[in-house]
Amino acid sequence: MSAIASARLMPALLLLGVALGTGVSTRSHAEYADVVLNRNAEKEGMRPVVFPHWFHRIRFRCKVCHAELGFKMRAGSNLVTMGDIIDGKFCGACHNGEIAWAPENCDLCHSGKPGLPPGIFGGHETNGPGIW
Amino acid sequence: MPFRPTVLIALLFASMAPSTPHAGEWAKLAEDGVHDPKGPAIGLLQQPGDALPNLPGDTAGNQVHWIKALRTGVIQPRPNLDPAREDRRLDKDIYLDLYGSMPSVRFPHLAHTEWLDCTNCHDHLFLPKRGANNISMFLILQGQQCGVCHGAVAFPLTECSRCHSVPNNQAQRIVAAIEAEEAKRSAADGDKAAAPTTNSESPSKTPTDGGKAKTK
Ligand code: HEC
Ligand code: HEC
Ligand code: HEC
Ligand code: HEC
Ligand code: HEC
Ligand code: HEC
Repeated sequence: MSAIASARLMPALLLLGVALGTGVSTRSHAEYADVVLNRNAEKEGMRPVVFPHWFHRIRFRCKVCHAELGFKMRAGSNLVTMGDIIDGKFCGACHNGEIAWAPENCDLCHSGKPGLPPGIFGGHETNGPGIW
Repeated sequence: MPFRPTVLIALLFASMAPSTPHAGEWAKLAEDGVHDPKGPAIGLLQQPGDALPNLPGDTAGNQVHWIKALRTGVIQPRPNLDPAREDRRLDKDIYLDLYGSMPSVRFPHLAHTEWLDCTNCHDHLFLPKRGANNISMFLILQGQQCGVCHGAVAFPLTECSRCHSVPNNQAQRIVAAIEAEEAKRSAADGDKAAAPTTNSESPSKTPTDGGKAKTK
């Protein structure tokens, strides 16, 4: 490689390196596929629930929740109650003090900003199901 | 000259290999617009930016190439809670959009059934019969069909070439070969009055529980 060519290439490559290393965009929206569940929580005095798909799919395949546990694939369509959770259904199939921490850690699930409607967040491309 | 650009360049590429780099940063939970920055959990929950940079990179969605993450064993998500529950797989590619303006779509059953159960798609999104569904980009963009997951949880619809991935003429040849093979087989089975669409590769168990909760 000639000295001139590499001299021209270097700044571009370094810039690329810096861009890749530090990130070019700071995103100010929810992580892709975060779901807010808030059919009754806020009405009953609790913050909305934020469910992070990214965190759970590292540990479980989709089929665990969406086939074995019966979560329907449509944000807002599952009527989840605390009674169900304490009975070991829905989130409570894991959040039972065995597979994951127990329901008494209210704030870890009820961590949403007040006023959020139920729905899927972070998908900047489409907002998921439009017609049902 | 002590300055060796080639070494630097080699280092730069080595640091990027083998996978695509992540496209950017992950928002902080306190600034992501869904978590309450004043809530007591904000310091306890894991930041996406602490976990996701360790997984194979991608340029869209979570900026994680989830298929690579799974297949390289970097993540080992459980397939079931009840170990008696079968983890069904199907290794069969379906080719769609053979004659459109875009390259053809290769739908890989294997990559999907590593994550999903048959009942997540069959029969309420797609009948398990080639060509029996009017799949269209218009409906997909509305969040139906493939768009139930792509654009919501799986990689988003901006990634055209991950679906439209095979040149039309190549896909046409593959499908012609599959159809010829099926015609031969059904001719051989003809006397046994087998339904011509029966798929010998599908598992013996057919999806029947419709994805309903077993707890209810
Ligand atoms: C730990 C449980 C869990 C896992 C694992 C999981 N999900 Fe979900 N999923 C949920 C919950 C909870 C909801 C929200 C349900 C509601 O709001 O009623 C949801 C909602 C959805 C939706 C609806 C989004 C919308 O636009 O309305 C889709 C699609 C979806 N999940 C796909 C997936 C896919 C694909 C995977 C695997 C990559 C997956 N999920 C893994 C629990 C899970
Ligand atoms: C594992 C996650 C999780 C934990 C932990 C949790 N909740 Fe919930 N909670 C939910 C979900 C999901 C809903 C349904 C949200 C909705 O659609 O409104 C809910 C709903 C509620 C509701 C609405 C009415 C009802 O009974 O369903 C109340 C009140 C509530 N939770 C209180 C609590 C309290 C108090 C605690 C701690 C003792 C707690 N939650 C812990 C996930 C959790
Ligand atoms: C299939 C099992 C499973 C189900 C179902 C499940 N979770 Fe979890 N969840 C886990 C595990 C495992 C952890 C990690 C626990 C640990 O770190 O000890 C976790 C952690 C979490 C966390 C904390 C994430 C962090 O940043 O540390 C939240 C919030 C959460 N779950 C919410 C929910 C809600 C809300 C539901 C129901 C809508 C739910 N989960 C259903 C298994 C599950
Ligand atoms: C999740 C997979 C997926 C993604 C991502 C995707 N498509 Fe499609 N697309 C399909 C499927 C499936 C069809 C319908 C195939 C058929 O005709 O049977 C289709 C059909 C089309 C058609 C009509 C048929 C043709 O070839 O003229 C166009 C145009 C199209 N897509 C353009 C795009 C563009 C542009 C993008 C990116 C912005 C895109 N698609 C992203 C799956 C996808
Ligand atoms: C992510 C969605 C999805 C999942 C999960 C899925 N399929 Fe399919 N399946 C499809 C689509 C799309 C087609 C093609 C339909 C068309 O051409 O219109 C198809 C077609 C089929 C066909 C017809 C193939 C042919 O050559 O005619 C069979 C049989 C089938 N699937 C069985 C299964 C089985 C068994 C499972 C579980 C192990 C499964 N599928 C999981 C989406 C899915
Ligand atoms: C039920 C949810 C679901 C549906 C419906 C679905 N997909 Fe996917 N798809 C996934 C998941 C999960 C992955 C894993 C990658 C990810 O999460 O980004 C995936 C991955 C893919 C890949 C990447 C394969 C690879 O090896 O890189 C292609 C291509 C694809 N899907 C096409 C389609 C097409 C075309 C359709 C519609 C005919 C479709 N998908 C419908 C959930 C779905």
